[in-house]
Amino acid sequence: MKKIEAVIREERLDAVKKALETHGVHGMTVTEVSGRGQQKGISLQWRVGEYRVDFLPKLKLEIVCHDDDCDVVVESIMKAAKTGRIGDGKVFVMPVEAAYRIRTGETGESVV
Amino acid sequence: MNAGDTGWILVSTALVMLMTPGVALFYGGMVRKKSVISTLMMNFAMLGVVGLLWVFYAYSLSFGPDIGGLIGDLKYAFLNSVTGDPSGTYATTVPHLAFMMFQGMFAIITVALITGAVVERIKFGALMIFAVAWLTLIYTPVAHWVWGADGWLLKFGALDFAGGIVVHINAGLSALALVLVLGARRGFKHEPMEPSSIPMVMIGAALLWFGWFGFNAGSALSSGSLASSAFVATNSAGAAAATTWMLLAWNQRRPTLLGIATGAVAGLAAVTPGAGFIPPIYGVVIGAVVAVVCYYAMIAKMKLGIDDSLDVMAVHGVGGILGVLAVGIFASTTINAAGANGLLFGGGFTLLGKQLVGTLAVGAFAFGGTWVIAKVIDATIGLRVKEMEEVVGLDLSQHGERAYGGIR
Repeated sequence: MKKIEAVIREERLDAVKKALETHGVHGMTVTEVSGRGQQKGISLQWRVGEYRVDFLPKLKLEIVCHDDDCDVVVESIMKAAKTGRIGDGKVFVMPVEAAYRIRTGETGESVV
Repeated sequence: MNAGDTGWILVSTALVMLMTPGVALFYGGMVRKKSVISTLMMNFAMLGVVGLLWVFYAYSLSFGPDIGGLIGDLKYAFLNSVTGDPSGTYATTVPHLAFMMFQGMFAIITVALITGAVVERIKFGALMIFAVAWLTLIYTPVAHWVWGADGWLLKFGALDFAGGIVVHINAGLSALALVLVLGARRGFKHEPMEPSSIPMVMIGAALLWFGWFGFNAGSALSSGSLASSAFVATNSAGAAAATTWMLLAWNQRRPTLLGIATGAVAGLAAVTPGAGFIPPIYGVVIGAVVAVVCYYAMIAKMKLGIDDSLDVMAVHGVGGILGVLAVGIFASTTINAAGANGLLFGGGFTLLGKQLVGTLAVGAFAFGGTWVIAKVIDATIGLRVKEMEEVVGLDLSQHGERAYGGIR
């Protein structure tokens, strides 16, 4: 099992969700986060002059999937979240040691 | 007694009351999320504290029978002799009670204005003590000098229709003194201090603009042509200043809502002393000029590194000074026979000189007096919250409330 964490633009959530649904991936956790990448935030205007906002709002998707599905999930996210402009986000993949379903107590691959 | 005048003054009183929560929202939207409640509270609390002290003794010190041109006596304390009949001295066509309450709303908003300079780090208890001391020692004498029967500035001939000297110069210079004693916020100039809600700033500015009709047109103390003239001058100045500020920001980068709201307030503040003395079209000139001057005053303030957080000095102080001096230029006795002619209408430099004296006298008194009050409070109970309280934010540390919901 793998866990995919994707930090994406807020406005790309729908597109990513639809892309994942076409591959039968429905489960995900979405969190509102703020962060910054290479561009180090943006500048906004005060009454006179500007101030910098270092951390921009983004969404973080967390998806746990079977090893075999990992590539297609990552690919779908990459395609659907892309606008080509700075600030599109990042995708991270990490191994999952164990998984449990709280309702039934079952464990292992079938939980995902 | 005149029913139309009485009705207008009662409505104007209610309009001016709405300006204090207006200031609260105007300020509250500009501070960080962790300080919204505390900023709103600093303003709203004045409706309570100052509103109470006003009927106890502050009205009497401001408008009571004169002592040496400097202060009123305590004849009207606890509303003694303030009845439904006209006072015989002030606003002779409306009940004395209505005039007293109208003036009370001015005192409330003036104290509230000062808070914008010291948000996000002043101890709430210290601010309340400051409010009581400042109202008693600074506001009441200044109001008496300028508006009280036989006040020395009134007799001298300085004109202040609706509070350019009493409200805006007084609040602006006092705010500056208080900031110099209190010091800047932690992280000032280093951390981004993002406004919590610019829409809230606009609601506040809109309420101020709305209330300002009562503030300025109500100061005619009657419902006739003078009130109408002041009303038009007021709106014209607000509109001109808002538009000018919008263009300035646009020229720099983009037209901002925060800027246009600020411009409107600066224009309204600047036209206040002259609203009932100048031909209303000159409100446009005052508005356009003050927007440019206040805009650059803010830039200058940033360079000086003074954390007058929400620009009380740059908007109300500078705007008020400019407006008070503009009376010396644009005032005309054809608009208000009780006034005088300014430079433009054949009055020469006489009125301008008197306006300058009023500005300097009140500015110096407000700055010096407030500095002393602030130093005394700082040396006794302390003006500033503890470092950790400031980091956490004044909403939680001073009030145990937060503006926006929790985890759900």
